[in-house]
Amino acid sequence: MISKNDVTHVANLARLSLSQDEIDRFTSQLDQIIAMEDELSHVETEGVKPTTHITDEVNVFRNDVVVNDGITREDLLSNVPETKDGLIKVPSIIDKGETDA
Amino acid sequence: MNFETTIGLEVHVELKTKTKMFSPSPVTYGAEPNTSTNVIDFGFPGVLPTVNREAYRLGLMVALALHADITKYTHFDRKNYFYPDNPKAYQITQAEEPLATNGWLEIEVNGVKKKIGIEEMHVEEDAGKNTHGDDGYSYVDLNRQGTPLIEIVSKPDIASPDEAYAYLEQLRKTIQFTGASDVKMEEGSMRVDTNISISPIGSDKLGQKAELKNLNSFNHVRLGLAYEEKRQAQVIMAGGSVRPETRRFDEASGETILMRVKEGKDDYRYFPEPDLPAFEIEDDWINEIQSEIPEMPDKRRSRYINELGIPEYDAGVLTQTKEMSDFFEATIADGANAKLASNWLMGEVSAYLNANKLDLLATKLTPVNLSTMIKLIQDGTISSKIAKKVFQETIKNGSEPKAWVEQKGLVQESNPEVLTPIITGILDANEQSIIDFKNGKDRAVGYLIGQIMKQTHGQANPKVVNKILMAELNKR
Repeated sequence: MISKNDVTHVANLARLSLSQDEIDRFTSQLDQIIAMEDELSHVETEGVKPTTHITDEVNVFRNDVVVNDGITREDLLSNVPETKDGLIKVPSIIDKGETDA
Repeated sequence: MNFETTIGLEVHVELKTKTKMFSPSPVTYGAEPNTSTNVIDFGFPGVLPTVNREAYRLGLMVALALHADITKYTHFDRKNYFYPDNPKAYQITQAEEPLATNGWLEIEVNGVKKKIGIEEMHVEEDAGKNTHGDDGYSYVDLNRQGTPLIEIVSKPDIASPDEAYAYLEQLRKTIQFTGASDVKMEEGSMRVDTNISISPIGSDKLGQKAELKNLNSFNHVRLGLAYEEKRQAQVIMAGGSVRPETRRFDEASGETILMRVKEGKDDYRYFPEPDLPAFEIEDDWINEIQSEIPEMPDKRRSRYINELGIPEYDAGVLTQTKEMSDFFEATIADGANAKLASNWLMGEVSAYLNANKLDLLATKLTPVNLSTMIKLIQDGTISSKIAKKVFQETIKNGSEPKAWVEQKGLVQESNPEVLTPIITGILDANEQSIIDFKNGKDRAVGYLIGQIMKQTHGQANPKVVNKILMAELNKR
């Protein structure tokens, strides 16, 4: 069973702000989705290797060579709401400091 | 109550590649903001990552140098989190099947050797860099986004801040010798996070750990952990309990300061990266990389001690970096006496590098020039005093020592047929010194040598001068 707390938690992780209505609606929808996916857990998988990929391709590597695709910084930043000296301006995130890479 | 300490270290090391882990944009340091990026680094819709073969190769090389078991069947995973330095909202990493597991390093603290286990190491991509403006906004530069990293996670074998320091030093040296990374904390190519807990001696349960961040040098790691050890003991002795929290080391006060209390476990919702196929790392490739790993610092150190007769301490310093060690080896390969080469590198060369804040390879000194100069000292062509002049010229301007010495007329005078008349002349002019010498005043000899050196402009071979002078004095 998916609880409202689960939905709030997942929304919080995705930085989504949900109204009470939305929480109710998504709780019931997600509950149905999870119930449907739960069917999979009834499949007999004894001795079957986990499927991580649906292609049989392995060892696809790229050589360590710089490729200039001709797309400029201005192009890359064209969807950024606000920039300053080529940097992307975002709300203050001083609280958490750097991420765990 | 007495406690024992358990320390864990998570070390991120940038792998030295031309391009990023999952995109062909260049890896740079200090470039204009957001210029070393492309649509993949920015996480534009529809782009696909590709794995940099060289990054994986360097990762494998580090893993092999750390005696780890290479994972043969592996894949990448997504670690999901929202943060402005990570525009895709996930990091591609290896969570389930890391690059390698079960490695180890040997450290030495106060003469006691100890093996420290390495739980696992995996390759992943770095995030961009945030800077915090004083205008209430933060600013993101994605140049670092996608830089290949290897993360190395220690087993809970480290039992003191000194052991943590020794582990980091050993890890840095080992990786530096493989050439897989610059491993410079000051440039961010090596970064350290730690966690520490204490528990009553004999307890089989580990205590609650606290994380420690913002550690800018190995010494800060040691100081921060030492402070944390004491703080946690005080908390427990006062009847309290250590909280799961993240603290940072404050350089000014030497204390650790609370950043945030961890509520619940991090929830990254890992799943296999669907955009990258799986990998089967072949034995041939592993063997090939194994054969390319240069001799490690500890092996070189014991070879210097046992085969070249270099003192232990000196051998340790010479093997701090691969540059220094390679330079030393090239110098003696060119025929310089090993002990003299070691003394010069430890003495004049290091002093010059420190005074000018330079790396060895950034100077004009070459192993051949150093060895030529040492050979000039060995065969008596120049005195060690003159050698210091020659050295300054060679390291600053790259002059060839032999040619420069000849051009400047600095060749040492060792010919007795030239020196004897000069010495007898000085004796004739200094009757009083001869009397003083006969009366047992040793100072007289020093004075006479000074006079001889003055007359020969410091070029007389001191050994030869001494021999002739004593013979002439005894004749009188």
